[in-house]
Amino acid sequence: MIEATGLTKHYGRTVAVDDLSFTVEAGRVTGFLGPNGAGKSTTMRMILGLDRPTRGRVTVDGQDYQSLHKPLRTVGALLDAKWVHPNRSARAHLQWLARSNQIPDKRVDEVLEMVGLTQVAKRRAGGFSLGMSQRLGIAGALLGDPKVLMFDEPVNGLDPEGILWIRQFMHRLADDGRTVFVSSHLLSEMAQTAQDLIVIGRGRLISQTSTAQFIKDATEDTVRVRSPQLERLRELLDGRARIADAAASDGALVVHGVEPAFIGELAAANGITLHELSPQLGSLEEAFMQLTKESVEYHAASD
Amino acid sequence: MTLLAVERIKLFSTRSPWWCMLLALGSTIGITAIIAANWDGAPMPVLGAVFSYTFGLFVIMVMAALAVTTEYRFGTIKSTFQAVPDRVSPMIAKAVVVMLLSGLVGLAAAFGSWGLSWVLADDNSDLALTTANDWRHVAGIGLVFAAGALLALGIGALVRHTAGAVSIILVFALVVENVVALIPNIGDDIQKWMPFTVVNKFIFGDPDPSAIPEGAGPPAIGELSPWGSFAYFAGIALAIYIISLVVVKRRDA
Repeated sequence: MIEATGLTKHYGRTVAVDDLSFTVEAGRVTGFLGPNGAGKSTTMRMILGLDRPTRGRVTVDGQDYQSLHKPLRTVGALLDAKWVHPNRSARAHLQWLARSNQIPDKRVDEVLEMVGLTQVAKRRAGGFSLGMSQRLGIAGALLGDPKVLMFDEPVNGLDPEGILWIRQFMHRLADDGRTVFVSSHLLSEMAQTAQDLIVIGRGRLISQTSTAQFIKDATEDTVRVRSPQLERLRELLDGRARIADAAASDGALVVHGVEPAFIGELAAANGITLHELSPQLGSLEEAFMQLTKESVEYHAASD
Repeated sequence: MTLLAVERIKLFSTRSPWWCMLLALGSTIGITAIIAANWDGAPMPVLGAVFSYTFGLFVIMVMAALAVTTEYRFGTIKSTFQAVPDRVSPMIAKAVVVMLLSGLVGLAAAFGSWGLSWVLADDNSDLALTTANDWRHVAGIGLVFAAGALLALGIGALVRHTAGAVSIILVFALVVENVVALIPNIGDDIQKWMPFTVVNKFIFGDPDPSAIPEGAGPPAIGELSPWGSFAYFAGIALAIYIISLVVVKRRDA
């Protein structure tokens, strides 16, 4: 379990993380979602004690990271797959990490096997592809068989096969009862990976809910209606729903803010024939953009 | 103890420390070989055999600086602090390993130079290590290499960039310490307290009168005794290293 209370980080005059409080539960994959520059990596660095919070506190299993005994046995993290000396072999990299927390050498071979790098363990890590580097990073995170795992943008730049592999891997870790905390700036990715979401923008908490609830809240009910008596229906709906647009070409109304059932019943009560009544699922990215548009650090200039 | 093993694995699992050690040995011993082979007419003194120690010293300081700056360059310092969050103990372990190694390279360079001089010099009748001063001229190089490595580690941890750290070390030792002597009136007084100038006296200072003609030999300036000179140099190294520990502890990794 990870618990942040009032976590704040200033870099000079820039506020990277602003009074952030959240809880990451065990046994679930929790997504940490926000646009680029929202403060996700800074928060993760503070969880690991690499950056010092300006204010506030974050604990892992109720303890400050600094006071953890042999921390790799409690928290495994992959913040950046490139944090490896390029001339050191994958095996040597894991070996020094393992030794620092008195993890036996045979565990190095185990995690190499788990991530499928046994064949290339003696090759220098600088020659690894991004996918292999990510696997090496994950192997490092798993070394201490930790209860808490953190991954910062683990699927960035990976091919579909690699993405699927990481996604399934994280689910397996959560199913073991571990706390899995994974960041991303893509909601569509998180929707398939995470059960819970912590959404931040400009360093502030936007929401903490289950992924399903987040999507439901964020995407408005939208219904598309076609009818020969469209004008009459429009009059009846007026005042009860927002009518976005009647596309003239195919004679349809797009209605926001009411359930399809409501329109169906309204039509039946007034003897209106309906040719189409279809709920439209809002796109996840649209929902995410809507929630975070106030808090995007870098807007495109052309807006 | 485990942290010493960690730093040993880190150091020896990359190539640059090996190259630096070879270069430190090769440059020191190689230049001594040229000196010894050309030493004609008089018996070669012990000081002649260790004259080139500074070449190896600078290379070993570069190795020591690299031991910490590459960790920053490649981000492994973050993994290091993640594994041992108190930060100070891995930095101390690194210092112990790097200083031991540097000291051993220093001894190898010194005795290699001395031994090769024995073989190459026409007249090696004065090369025998008979007094405490003779031993200091040679074996002292191991201590200087170890202290220099500590200084370089401190600078490396403060600066965090390889190019910056190496430039500071070399420019200071090779340029600044010589240029300060040109400052009118006070230049000489400043220079005789410059660390690399002072530590020269530890190696070259107070040779046995019988071993070298009056006024000959490399300059050994400074107010302190040879051992006092070493204490001064080591003290500066330790001070900068401790400052670096405080900074590393407080700074965001």
